[in-house]
Amino acid sequence: MDATPPSRLFALRGSDQRAELMLGALVFGVLAVVAAMLVFVFQEAWPSFSHNGLHWFGSGGSVDRQIEAIFTSGDLKRRPVYTFHAWPLLWSTLLITGLAVLIAFVSSLFVAVFIVEFAPDWMRAVLEPVVRLLASVPSVIYGLLGVLVVVPFIGNHLISEHSKASVAYIVSLSGYSLLAAVVILTVMIAPIMIAVFVNGLRAVPRSWLEGSLALGINEWRTFWKIGVRTARPVLVAGTVLGVARALGEAIMLAMVSGSVGFAPNPGDGLIFFVEPSRPLAATILQNAEELASPPMRHTLFAIAAVLLFSAAMLSFTGWVVKQPMKRYGVRA
Amino acid sequence: MSAPATAPAPRSPEPTVRRDHASAAWRLRDRIGLGFAWLLGLLFCAITSAIVIYLLVQGIKYVRPELFVTHPAAGFSERETGGFLDPLVGTFLVGLMAMGIALPLGLAIGVWLSEFGRPFPLARMAESTIEMIAGTPSIVLALFGTLIFQSPALGFLSRSVGGLVFGRSFFAAATVLSFVALPLVVASVREGLQAIPGHVREASYAVGKTKATTTRRILLPAARPSVITGALLGFGRVIGDTAIIVILLGATLRFDGVGSTPVLSTLRGTGGTLTTYIFQNAPTGEGNQPAKAYAAAFVLLMLVLVLNVGADVVGRKGKALRWS
Amino acid sequence: MELTPPPVRRLPLDPAPGRGDADGHRPGAPLDGARRRRAPSSGFATDRMQVEDVSIAYGRKLAVDRVSLPIRQGEVLALIGPSGCGKTTLLRSLNRLTELTSTASFKGSITLDGADITRLEPTALRRRVTMVFQQPNPFPMSVFDNIAYVLREQAARRPKRAALNRRVREVLAHAGLLDEVEHDLRHPALRLSGGQQQRLCIARALAADPEVLLLDEPCSALDPQSTQVIEDLIVKLREQVAVVIVTHNLQQAYRIADYVAFMYLGELVEYGSATQVFGAPREQRTREYVSGAFG
Ligand SMILES: Nc1ncnc2c1ncn2[C@@H]1O[C@H](COP(=O)(O)OP(=O)(O)O)[C@@H](O)[C@H]1O
Ligand SMILES: [Mg+2]
Repeated sequence: MDATPPSRLFALRGSDQRAELMLGALVFGVLAVVAAMLVFVFQEAWPSFSHNGLHWFGSGGSVDRQIEAIFTSGDLKRRPVYTFHAWPLLWSTLLITGLAVLIAFVSSLFVAVFIVEFAPDWMRAVLEPVVRLLASVPSVIYGLLGVLVVVPFIGNHLISEHSKASVAYIVSLSGYSLLAAVVILTVMIAPIMIAVFVNGLRAVPRSWLEGSLALGINEWRTFWKIGVRTARPVLVAGTVLGVARALGEAIMLAMVSGSVGFAPNPGDGLIFFVEPSRPLAATILQNAEELASPPMRHTLFAIAAVLLFSAAMLSFTGWVVKQPMKRYGVRA
Repeated sequence: MSAPATAPAPRSPEPTVRRDHASAAWRLRDRIGLGFAWLLGLLFCAITSAIVIYLLVQGIKYVRPELFVTHPAAGFSERETGGFLDPLVGTFLVGLMAMGIALPLGLAIGVWLSEFGRPFPLARMAESTIEMIAGTPSIVLALFGTLIFQSPALGFLSRSVGGLVFGRSFFAAATVLSFVALPLVVASVREGLQAIPGHVREASYAVGKTKATTTRRILLPAARPSVITGALLGFGRVIGDTAIIVILLGATLRFDGVGSTPVLSTLRGTGGTLTTYIFQNAPTGEGNQPAKAYAAAFVLLMLVLVLNVGADVVGRKGKALRWS
Repeated sequence: MELTPPPVRRLPLDPAPGRGDADGHRPGAPLDGARRRRAPSSGFATDRMQVEDVSIAYGRKLAVDRVSLPIRQGEVLALIGPSGCGKTTLLRSLNRLTELTSTASFKGSITLDGADITRLEPTALRRRVTMVFQQPNPFPMSVFDNIAYVLREQAARRPKRAALNRRVREVLAHAGLLDEVEHDLRHPALRLSGGQQQRLCIARALAADPEVLLLDEPCSALDPQSTQVIEDLIVKLREQVAVVIVTHNLQQAYRIADYVAFMYLGELVEYGSATQVFGAPREQRTREYVSGAFG
């Protein structure tokens, strides 16, 4: 046996050094591209932020009319207009993402526990591949289902003429709504979360569960207190994935949310749920044709910067939340 | 523990079965929790089968063989609008091109991370960067792509008119889409490599093989199932994306080539995929031909299904090949 | 004390004249290598469980073949035999853990205090018959929480902090672990040494206040010192709970057991007092196996 550790010994070899350098250079290249993305996006976004200051995040006026004005000012080579108050879009994003993730988290957790621990074998054998399939169904297909099934249902059965009339002076209710967006988004991200949760719960060592069962603690408590507890980091990871998907979903939400820069008002009562709106990502998508107009481009990049920042914060939060869980040897 | 081992107990002829134990073992909230899990599990089954069956039924109702071989066209009725030949070809084209970039790149990063990984800070940074890419909305990637591909330096990759670069082409879309697939590929490659126990590497070093040779000749072949799984999943993710296609490929109905070189012209030009085809033919889109949208959705779903089953089969084969 | 689960039924230990012979412990003959650790048992033993004609198969593979034996409180029963002979399987069937293996099938009957265990609710059964596994399997929590988990889950109402504290210490002390962990009860259990982990698992099993304690090769991965602590503990426990220990260490069986059951290929070859099985085995196979270890 050679005393020199292999890594030392072979690091000296020419071919290895070359390989390491080449691979390292590629990795570095990817890092550089991502860094460039961060810089460029925030640089392009700057004019919009600097013109609006913190009012960018506030409310005031119709956001759709502001977008219109921004676009025309650039298109007609007039003095650029930047005034933009994104609150309705932010609010819509928060509402749709928050509600969908909340519902999806709770139901995914129970469904995953069910699949891993309580479902009969045949059901598990069917469900697992189906979950993975649903998790990889393109979002545009969910959007299509939403537009052709969910939206008409809401429009025809859940909105009365009376409620339509009651808010007719602000928005028109047609079924394209918060409710449709939340329902479809939940159905879309739940399988993603379930797939991650199932993997995490499955990886909990049987010996821990048996140890608990052998002390007369019933299956439910055992799985809840030992299994789910142990899998917490995976639950965090799956949730982060789900939130990221929800935040960034443009296509499907552009299709079913109603695409109106309107902030649904909880004060309206139950009508709130059938009011239309439009989240951030969908706003970018729908105005992407107008990138040639400079103020419009800066505005859209500002929205993108907000999304990018949220995504980065999200994965950082996930990391922070996972840290204390590691102390007791819980699996990551 | 002070067990009352000698406590006098009344002797009963028949053994006492203590009911209180049974009830204490399953409290009401446990039963409710378990019932809730069953309820949600069954509800999930119901929703799932409803979605799958609905899509299958709609798809079978509207899919016609001629849709696969007819070019799409603008029009107002089912008869005028043609099929989805171009989007179908576009789906494969953009998927293959994106994976052509993502696979080697992902392999390189995965190998570097799991076999080299020095200096350590760079490795940590690479890991979090990959994670960040995975969390970045594809619409943001798409916007970033427009910045890159509309720069005059890259004008040869797309249409440019009088110095104004469009930045929309298969090249642009595939390059950006490769970033969508990259995290999946890297994760699979790392997983595959990490599943190979250390003694396999040591055995190879012991007979004087270099790290590079060991990786190429022994580790990568052993990790092949994972790599293939990653590639299939990545391909599935790429062909399912819509936002990047809309922004960087133009989402035109037909291929719109640039220049006269046969293949290159298409790649430099705009086009569409099944996802944008569905998007446009949904009632919210410009085409509004739901029947066509259903048919295309069915085809796309089948593609995703095939990719998933493929990944499953390959993955299972990989698992069957145990070390130890 | 609201901590303790519903009062455990402790059978009065009646003198059982017919069985008091467990302790005719004659130093001598082939057993000199090992010294018995225990003091002679009080001679009072009560039947707690009865295994009747039990067969267990995994799929079509028979792991336990028509085994019958009694399990008594006041005496330690050791299951010995070469590995793969079905000791673990038999032990697991005593609190119906075999049911967690979907391929396992069960025939025969096992009673606890005369009640067929298949008629009991499994969780209720496992409260009375707890098990410690071969591989230490502390939960991924702190030392304190490992014990407190069991206490909390079994208490009818949420136990008070102080009561919980007291009880956790009590149980840890009982398992001979308190001195080593007292300074930091928040220490992650998975970072204890193997011996400490196993004692924690035993403490956990005791916290459940069982009537029958099943130990599956609790010392197989431990150093001699930890083994000794655990053996002392087992001997101490036998008056309060019926103890069944699986071991393939014959010396250990000799040191701590009052009764020994020798299994071979799923069959129960010989059952008798430790002195008898080790000193004067009736069966040829037992003789060979026992002498292999001592000869
Ligand atoms: N989960 C299982 N599935 C199938 N066979 C098993 C399982 N557990 C144990 N066996 C088999 O049953 C027999 C008895 O095993 P076990 O009770 O663990 O023996 P011991 O504890 O005496 O070493 C062995 O032949 C073993 O291969
Ligand atoms: Mg065993």
